[in-house]
Amino acid sequence: MYMSLYRLMAEGDKKKVAKKAHCSRNPVLARGIGRYSRTAMYARRAMYKRKTKTTETKIEKKMKVKTPSTITKTVGGDKNGGTRVVKMRKMPRYYPTEDVPHKLKNHGKKPFSQHKRNLRATITPGTVLVLLTGRHRGKRVVFLKQLSSGLLLVTGPLALNRVPLRRAHQKFVIATATKVDISGMKIPKTLSDAYFKKKRLRRPRHQEGEIFDTEKEKYQLTVQRKEDQKAVDSQLLPLIKKVPQLKGYLRSSFCLSNGVYPHKLVF
Amino acid sequence: MKLVDLENVFKRYVEIGRVAYISFGPHAGSLVAIVDVIDQNRALVDGPCTGVKRQSMPFKCMQLTDYVIKVPHSARQKFVRRAWEKAQVTEKWAGSNWAKKIEARQKRAQMSDFDRFKVMKAKRMRNKIIKHEVKKLQKEAAKKA
Repeated sequence: MYMSLYRLMAEGDKKKVAKKAHCSRNPVLARGIGRYSRTAMYARRAMYKRKTKTTETKIEKKMKVKTPSTITKTVGGDKNGGTRVVKMRKMPRYYPTEDVPHKLKNHGKKPFSQHKRNLRATITPGTVLVLLTGRHRGKRVVFLKQLSSGLLLVTGPLALNRVPLRRAHQKFVIATATKVDISGMKIPKTLSDAYFKKKRLRRPRHQEGEIFDTEKEKYQLTVQRKEDQKAVDSQLLPLIKKVPQLKGYLRSSFCLSNGVYPHKLVF
Repeated sequence: MKLVDLENVFKRYVEIGRVAYISFGPHAGSLVAIVDVIDQNRALVDGPCTGVKRQSMPFKCMQLTDYVIKVPHSARQKFVRRAWEKAQVTEKWAGSNWAKKIEARQKRAQMSDFDRFKVMKAKRMRNKIIKHEVKKLQKEAAKKA
């Protein structure tokens, strides 16, 4: 049975779409088999109420604007006759001699950009995190927001522990119970994954005599980064100063010592 | 030659009315009064003021405290409660060092990372002050000598 999860609305329907979408009115008996037939579902979903659009008249058909099938483009050069008529939808330029077998369609395999991002419930904007990997391991840092790639945007603040605006991975971070109230803070919209992504020079042009020289290995600080850092930290530092001893806490780093067992610690 | 003073080895005895602290099991952490002895391993136990229903409990999970309440054996819960409140066991227990140590242990286990930092700072400051005073006294003593 066709289980329709989408409401089909005809054009003429009144705008009563404020109601929440109902779950499927066709309970599943087994996979692919619903309780009700097609006509029964028609009645259950009250599709009889939803077909206010009548058949098109001939005049309405003529009035419909069709996208043009050809376009005239200008062409350069003398004695060329200045224009050409170009088809918008061209015929295929190649027909295979044998039928190519069609691959089976994938179900639910999405590219990384469309993946669902999870965030641990303990990590909320303003939480103090302990970084576990990278050059800033052991440092305590303030969480700002989760970026679209799922990575966490984090800042030292720079003045306290030399951690700039940076991305951190959720899995390599310990979330502490300490939180700073960040609700009043405005984080610039320009801080996104593209802003933080490492830049790669790609001009080898097949003659890779000195590849390793041309690629810049050292990170160059830009003025924009400094400005963004200032913009964020200037809002964050007064909030940190309000909480007693928090400044010293962020300046210190986390370490384990004798008798300290991570599985027994409450963070 | 007496190696062991037999009268002073054991101070707390299992007796009717002895208040015991339950160290493990489902009722860990609460106080109960021993109301009767069932056999070598078990006692009939009741904790009306600490939320422990009257039940049998093995001696192994009980740790005897210093407090005894005056109840006849197999006394009803009502009278155990009366004797408990009369002897003010809950208040005495809360003021005892044992209970304070337990509470301190629990607090320490619940400390967050920030709390640990604050404790570290406080300890450091305290030790600094103490060492400073000690040094002062040592200097004075050295001067006199």
